[in-house]
Amino acid sequence: MPLADAVTTAWPWNPLTDFQVMWSYPFMVNAFRAGAVIAVLAAAVGWFVVLRRQTFAAHSLSVVGFPGASGAVLVGVAAGYGYFAFCVGAAVLIAMLPGSGKGRGEESALTGTIQAFLLACGFLFVALYKGFLNGVNSLLFGSFLGITTSQVLLLTVVAAVVLCVLAVIGRPLLFASVDESVAAARGLPVRALSTVFMVLLGAATAEASQITGSLLVFALLVLPAATAQVLTPRPGLSLVLAMVIGLVVTWLGLTVAYFSPYPVGFYVTTFAFGGYVLARLVAVVRQASLVRRGPLLRSAV
Amino acid sequence: MTAVTSGIPAQTRTEPTGQPVLRLHDAGVRVGGRTLWSGVQLSIGAGEFTAVLGPNGVGKSTLIKAVLGLQPLAEGEIRVLGQAPGQAGRRVGYLPQRRNFDASLRIRGTDIVAMGLDGDRWGVPLPLPERFSPRRRAARARIEEVIELVGATKYAHRPIGQCSGGEQQRLLIAQALVRRPEILLLDEPLDSLDLPNQAAVAALIGRICRVEGVSVIMVAHDVNPILGYLDRVVYLAEGGAATGTPQEVITSETLTRLYGTPIEVLRTSDGRLVVVGQPEAPARHSDRHAPASAEEADRAAG
Repeated sequence: MPLADAVTTAWPWNPLTDFQVMWSYPFMVNAFRAGAVIAVLAAAVGWFVVLRRQTFAAHSLSVVGFPGASGAVLVGVAAGYGYFAFCVGAAVLIAMLPGSGKGRGEESALTGTIQAFLLACGFLFVALYKGFLNGVNSLLFGSFLGITTSQVLLLTVVAAVVLCVLAVIGRPLLFASVDESVAAARGLPVRALSTVFMVLLGAATAEASQITGSLLVFALLVLPAATAQVLTPRPGLSLVLAMVIGLVVTWLGLTVAYFSPYPVGFYVTTFAFGGYVLARLVAVVRQASLVRRGPLLRSAV
Repeated sequence: MTAVTSGIPAQTRTEPTGQPVLRLHDAGVRVGGRTLWSGVQLSIGAGEFTAVLGPNGVGKSTLIKAVLGLQPLAEGEIRVLGQAPGQAGRRVGYLPQRRNFDASLRIRGTDIVAMGLDGDRWGVPLPLPERFSPRRRAARARIEEVIELVGATKYAHRPIGQCSGGEQQRLLIAQALVRRPEILLLDEPLDSLDLPNQAAVAALIGRICRVEGVSVIMVAHDVNPILGYLDRVVYLAEGGAATGTPQEVITSETLTRLYGTPIEVLRTSDGRLVVVGQPEAPARHSDRHAPASAEEADRAAG
């Protein structure tokens, strides 16, 4: 809050000095570093989430992160470890359920039930930890304050491992996501692929939660990938585009949040949502121009 | 096992030409404690177009799965291209029974075909530009060639979810063909297509069989669209199988007995056979074949 006050009094605006001031805070530098790592990882994993229609599973994992983080704070550990432990643990559990969390029928009801219970547990942990009330907001809706250099290192190592695994299984995973029965007939271990992917998703969700909070992970996990897939049907291109969108949205959100009194989760989510709406508009306009050209094409055939 | 013979001369070929690509010896399958079929003897020659026919739930798709090595046999033996099922790898192309792709799936038709070529490779390809990589050039050329073969060039660059059922089916046939398989296994590829598309896709499959020399084994619900292209018919019924040329098997007496319902085989003025009175495909047929879990797949094994 004092930061925002300082900025408003410094009007007329001098972007250069303002950025210099912003970069002089180690926690902001760390926030930008962590944001970059998280955005790229979440976009890459999220690209497969969107393709596999597993957003419900992703949502469940992120909600599970909340009791993990609050429980970690309660026992005196950094919230980040709680996110990792609970998200990855829940990912393994969901992967073991029949139907591997495809968000259908009974499984989704089961996942929803467990999700509600864990959310309640998280609330209890928060209540048990007196004087933690300010933290609830940042656990649920994100914060970029207090990311230490060692946390950035942990985030980077986890992200590197997840991205390496994703690179190795990427093509078979894409095949199995789009065309499971043919992939299985080709001898690909479809079931194992989906289990491994759930674990990667757990790790990515845990990372994203640390910037956007438990409830807003979709801003980094789903929105950039969904936007990119609206813009292009080329798999390689849309994967890269998703990472770029995620990175831009995160850095933009961090910057604007620094200069304003409102929380970072709101900005990141809003920019990501704005990008998605824009992409849909572009798609509609493109479609309309195709339809207008349509009769010409048909008469040419 | 029901041996069906009759004095009618064969429509095309009676005996398998060349080496048999698929051989079943006393093969039987049990799913969920129920014997679907047993004692099946079958030999399919190279370059033949074979239809697998029969009533619902008789184990037609299970036969395909057994050939792919996805369904273990309870008895007997299957040899695919002289090897155990599942060992022939890229020499076998497969097109499963399916619902259409989700309309919002944002992957191009060419990408779907490309998956057939290298979608099962682990790791990332080096992002070399195409002019430095003969392998990528060859891959692209093959993908374009096979898309041309199925006549899908015009819409292959569109997201597959936005293609019609017939267009999707052509692209999926291209995917199954892209590695130049010697055997093509098709599970009800004409299902859920409208009549003109049924005829067109049937003609395409017939052409692939004749021109490309691919042995086609196709599970079919309705024999009429493919009747003109068939070399061999396998009827699964009564726990066993009857095989022969269409002229031998597709007779009023045989079909009526196998289906247990009155069926007439008529001959049109130009000599084509038409099967009348075959049970209609039930409306929820495709649901039955889209199992959500392994248990359901067992129950549905049809």
